[in-house]
Amino acid sequence: MDLMPRRFADTVVLRPAGRVNHISSEEFKGALQPFLSDCATDGDRVVLDCSALEYISSAGLRVLMLARKQAKTQGGTLVVAALQPMVREIFEISRFTVVFEIFASVREALAQVSPAAAAAFDSA
Amino acid sequence: MLIRFWGTRGSLPVALTAVDVRDKLMRALVAAAGQRLDTPDKARAFIDAELEFAVSGTFGGNSSCVQIETGSDDYVLCDVGSGARDFCNHVLATRGPSGHRFHVFMSHVHWDHIMGFPFFIPAYTPGNHVCIYGAHAELEEAFRRQNAAPSFPVDFSEMGAVIEFVRLEPEQSYEIAGLRVRAKRQRHGGDSYGYRFERDGKAVVYSTDSEHKQDEPAETQAFVEFFANADLVIFDAMYSLADAVSVKEDWGHSSNIVGVELCQMARARHLCLYHHEPMFDDTTIARVLRETRRLEEITRADHRVEISAAWDGLEIAV
Repeated sequence: MDLMPRRFADTVVLRPAGRVNHISSEEFKGALQPFLSDCATDGDRVVLDCSALEYISSAGLRVLMLARKQAKTQGGTLVVAALQPMVREIFEISRFTVVFEIFASVREALAQVSPAAAAAFDSA
Repeated sequence: MLIRFWGTRGSLPVALTAVDVRDKLMRALVAAAGQRLDTPDKARAFIDAELEFAVSGTFGGNSSCVQIETGSDDYVLCDVGSGARDFCNHVLATRGPSGHRFHVFMSHVHWDHIMGFPFFIPAYTPGNHVCIYGAHAELEEAFRRQNAAPSFPVDFSEMGAVIEFVRLEPEQSYEIAGLRVRAKRQRHGGDSYGYRFERDGKAVVYSTDSEHKQDEPAETQAFVEFFANADLVIFDAMYSLADAVSVKEDWGHSSNIVGVELCQMARARHLCLYHHEPMFDDTTIARVLRETRRLEEITRADHRVEISAAWDGLEIAV
């Protein structure tokens, strides 16, 4: 699974696409892992751009929860942005909205996690 | 088959508080403003037509106990939580004190699933026969210990009915009380077992106290097969998914989200949310039910799963 990473200053924006279900969730987990190791205090921030994510199952949500846990343990920041309406509803019903910081757009997420990344995004 | 729910609450029985009752009254009176409800019939019609279940009723607070009515004189139960007491009262009121045969299938022997047995009045009455089935080695010990001093004043040995314990092998099919029964091991502290009951081409699955981590495809597939084409799946939906995979991971329970997904994959017809979180009031359970129906709707492919939330007193015909 190609998460199409884009770097803006100290922040990496990842863009999962399509459906993450109980079959593809392990692939999603594997694709996410290299970016999580650098998501730490004084390391990278990670923004998940979910604008191309059509569906995520409980298995995929569990991967996100584990990713958030790892990032938090390392002192890092991982947020999600640009949820499609159906994925937004799944986040609400699963109560992931209570756990995750969710932003309406990647730009808003960058502005929150790193002004330098937001500036880089604007000038890109 | 007729499935009758006597206890639907998880972990610990709960009761409505005075605050809860007052809140329901307040909401009902506000909803009735301007109505001329001056006879019991008008009031009943208004309650039935205008008030949501969380106001007009309650999901109840008894712990796990579900009856499967097969049309036979024998009684079939899953678990004997505090709901078993109401079941017994029903038996006494409708068919008298003795001459009955009970088949009880135990998911496991945690306290909330056995706590109704000291109050299982037919077990004290000669002339009754109680057969308790389960896959745990300590099945009988758990029942005897619960009735022993200093926990309870009447020892198990003083129960007058014939009581026998039958150890079942998981994944093996049995013919019991006119039902084909198969037990499946589930992820729960000390293990729990789900049961699939089949009769006359219909299938009911009782799957409570079961955590689904969804990280092992083979394990997920095994449950999809266990639930396959079931007419009803009674499913442990105690937690939100966020809780189940974070702060309450390894607590042995599941969520509404996983219930929907498994039933969709299994092409089950009806998912009944069960083992409700004792912290949840009626409004919260009703909201979980609404959201679960919505989830099923937005994630549906070519198979619709009916969604309901169990309540003490609910009957579902399959």
